Amino acid sequence: MTDDHPPSLKTEDLELRLLLDAIARAYHYDFLGYSMASLKRRLSQARDRFGCRSYSQLQDRVLHDAGVFPELLAYLTVQVSELFRDPAYFRAIRETVVPHLRTYPSLKVWVAGCSAGEEVYSLAILFREEGLEDRTMFYATDINTEALRKAEAGVYELDRLPLFTENHRRAGGKSSLSDYYTAAYGAARLDPTLRKRTVFSDHSLVSDQVFAEVQLVSCRNVLIYFDRDLQDRAIGLFKDALVRKGFLGLGSKESLRFNKHADAFTEFAADEKLYQKRGNV
Amino acid sequence: MTPPSGAVVIGASAGAFDALSAILPQLPRNFPRPVLVVVHVPADKKSLMANLFASRCQVAAKEAEDKEPLIAGTVYFAPPDYHLLVEADGRLSLSSEEAVHYSRPSVDVLFESAADAYGPALVGVVLTGANADGAMGLRAVHAAGGIALVQRPDTAQVATMPRSALDACPAAQPMTLAEIAAYLNTVGA
Repeated sequence: MTDDHPPSLKTEDLELRLLLDAIARAYHYDFLGYSMASLKRRLSQARDRFGCRSYSQLQDRVLHDAGVFPELLAYLTVQVSELFRDPAYFRAIRETVVPHLRTYPSLKVWVAGCSAGEEVYSLAILFREEGLEDRTMFYATDINTEALRKAEAGVYELDRLPLFTENHRRAGGKSSLSDYYTAAYGAARLDPTLRKRTVFSDHSLVSDQVFAEVQLVSCRNVLIYFDRDLQDRAIGLFKDALVRKGFLGLGSKESLRFNKHADAFTEFAADEKLYQKRGNV
Repeated sequence: MTPPSGAVVIGASAGAFDALSAILPQLPRNFPRPVLVVVHVPADKKSLMANLFASRCQVAAKEAEDKEPLIAGTVYFAPPDYHLLVEADGRLSLSSEEAVHYSRPSVDVLFESAADAYGPALVGVVLTGANADGAMGLRAVHAAGGIALVQRPDTAQVATMPRSALDACPAAQPMTLAEIAAYLNTVGA
């Protein structure tokens, strides 16, 4: 960091807008409705990583060097998760949502913003343990195709497994997590049959539409990166995708409180941020 | 509603509860700014900070919620396992991106975003703690024209965090907890 002639904050914000606009036009990824404080932090890291002095210079790089954007996308999207992250959430699904899901002859589940797959595999394991797997189709979507590739591979660093194992146990796991992976060369490879009923697909909550009618949407720690308008759009998609009395699960610090579709849902397990779509919507 | 024009941000780690107890209860009910606090707490614990201080303070105290608008006379605590940031429109955002200095929430993340949002209308305070989180953040507060305060290391339960902040931001003013409380009572909106 140099202290000589720092650009005024206004100029930097203008450059940031122009960079995001360029990305939207050239690559059709629209980040203009994201929460700016966090996005800015990650883009300033990217700017340093690419050795650029300014966002304008980064914009030049991203427009003229096709190899830059995929790498930049990793900074623009946050990919931090765990198998059975927040065990109480998965325990609540197991104990309170699953009894309702059992009443359907076939099930569709949408994991929106699946990142590297931790959430969809957690649900696949839970559904297998509860005997629902064979009647369920999982849709795991994300805007980051590199993350989708990782999700489809289902390989995680072995040193994360003690945490995953403890999470699974606290989530009320009915089997041993070691039944679902094989360890080799410092990596844990999840049982490929866990994804035989999962479709991994590129889908944007910013610009794409509903693609299926589902009984459960799980979208955790995605909405916090959106501004309020974009949060409204995403919840609107979930509302339209869900069957009447379908379930919506959010991250532990996300809620429908400031959302314009809040009235379409009731709190189902409020502490675990599980909502149920009303029957009359 | 127009968002408050200024804010106070406070970061603390080991020894945080005692240090905050010497400051937050001294603020009057009509304190003219919001106060945002990051305390390092274990990720899997429900934080009791907001509840503990709500009953001990004249100002309101609560855990910060995503996209919540900031209100003067309220203390917002970062929830465990999430970073707390301020948006330019005076709303809060949470983030679960990577830990900074092994910490989520991180003092640096809060301070840097608040410096960006509030510029000179910000007071940043680094208190007791055992790591270097907050040092770069305080530097950002000062660089944006804000006031940088640090608990005097010789009076801190753990001196590492205030000392790191003074090293990174030599212009910061070292003060005792009582001096910090007195100073905050002089700031306007």
